[in-house]
Amino acid sequence: MPKITYIDAEGTERAVDAEVGATVMESAIKNGVPGIEAECGGACACATCHVYVEEEWREKVGGPSPMEEDMLDFGYDVRPNSRLSCQIKVTDALDGLVVRIPERQA
Amino acid sequence: MLTKTEVITTDALIIGAGPVGLFAVFELGLLDMKCHLIDILDKVGGQCAELYPEKPIYDIPGIPYITGAGLTDALMEQIKPFHPTFHLGEMVETVEKIGDPKFRVTTDRGQVFEAKVIVIAAGGGSFQPKRPPIPGIEAYESKSVYYAVRQMEAFRGKRLLIAGGGDSALDWTLNLAPLASHLTLLHRRQEFRAAPDSVNKMMKLVGEGKIDFVVGQVTALEGADGQVSKAIVKTNDGSNFEIACDAILPFFGLTMKLGPVANWGVKLNDNLIPVDTEKFESNIAGIFAVGDINTYPGKLKLILSGFHEVALMSQKAHRYIYPDKRLVFQYTTSSTSLQKKLGVS
Repeated sequence: MPKITYIDAEGTERAVDAEVGATVMESAIKNGVPGIEAECGGACACATCHVYVEEEWREKVGGPSPMEEDMLDFGYDVRPNSRLSCQIKVTDALDGLVVRIPERQA
Repeated sequence: MLTKTEVITTDALIIGAGPVGLFAVFELGLLDMKCHLIDILDKVGGQCAELYPEKPIYDIPGIPYITGAGLTDALMEQIKPFHPTFHLGEMVETVEKIGDPKFRVTTDRGQVFEAKVIVIAAGGGSFQPKRPPIPGIEAYESKSVYYAVRQMEAFRGKRLLIAGGGDSALDWTLNLAPLASHLTLLHRRQEFRAAPDSVNKMMKLVGEGKIDFVVGQVTALEGADGQVSKAIVKTNDGSNFEIACDAILPFFGLTMKLGPVANWGVKLNDNLIPVDTEKFESNIAGIFAVGDINTYPGKLKLILSGFHEVALMSQKAHRYIYPDKRLVFQYTTSSTSLQKKLGVS
């Protein structure tokens, strides 16, 4: 199973085994990673699963879709490496992915 | 606050016009209870309408696929025979028990209701404007930072800063541009969610030098005693600059907050209303809670669970209002009296 590491605003790291096909948001919720709220349940309809993709992973993960960009308008402290974690599907290629969780969600 | 003198009386007052609140009209209606509904949104459908109108839902029994908007429309059609009255864009402020069965409810518009039962179907609470992540913004709110425009005239001759890229931001930019002494629209990117027509109109005003459009995000405010004097804006390349302004209108969408439910004397557990699974009643007799806002052992926040809850709740609401009336359980497939109420017999 691909490993995903979530680093919260205080710098605490949490590594989880993620299922291929699930989303980075779902993997966080399933493993009780705090700081990802996912108010809308993964419909790309809020911006409360916002993460920053670590620089070295940005190319592999890719950028947000136009719909996701629209939703990111509602995010807190949106940066060029911002993504909504419900829109990132876990693949074997993402084994080792590191994302940072913003100080707060919206 | 405005005060309306006329009190509206009804059997059931439903707080929240999401799918579960709407279906409550149907179940209560079958038992001859008339409903008024209040919702803070300016439309019915709750989260279905606000969060995912175009998103498919796959777990409504008997309906393999329907969008949030589609489900809302279907429910509105289904409850039509019961003639519910909607009060939209209105927030319930107080709920007070003044008798058995009698409740007095007031809203932020000064409307007073008297209802025999209260059905709280408020989902995640009330949708309220999202506060942008600017430190200390609270001190300026309602004094020089506004999340809604109540009166356009209040902004005449002022230097306005409007932030956001959706329809609200663009609509108010277009509407307030002629009144403001200077208007800046600030958005974090060049692309807009708003209707292309509004964006074109806005760009035209920019081209004519009537307003400014700036890409960036507000990071700090300066001012005194609640009166803002300038906003510090960070651009995408990391540089900072200032925008002088007298008022700021941030439009960053809505978020769910529990809101005034906390002040109604209803017992809460982790921002949810604990109920029993027989009556779906709160700790106050005659105040029921259904849908996402309630909690009980095994609770699932599903629309289908909410539908089940309102069916049982309606039976209990009837018994609460009319303890001496006999309530005969009937099916819509076979009961002529129910079919009459539905207008199909």
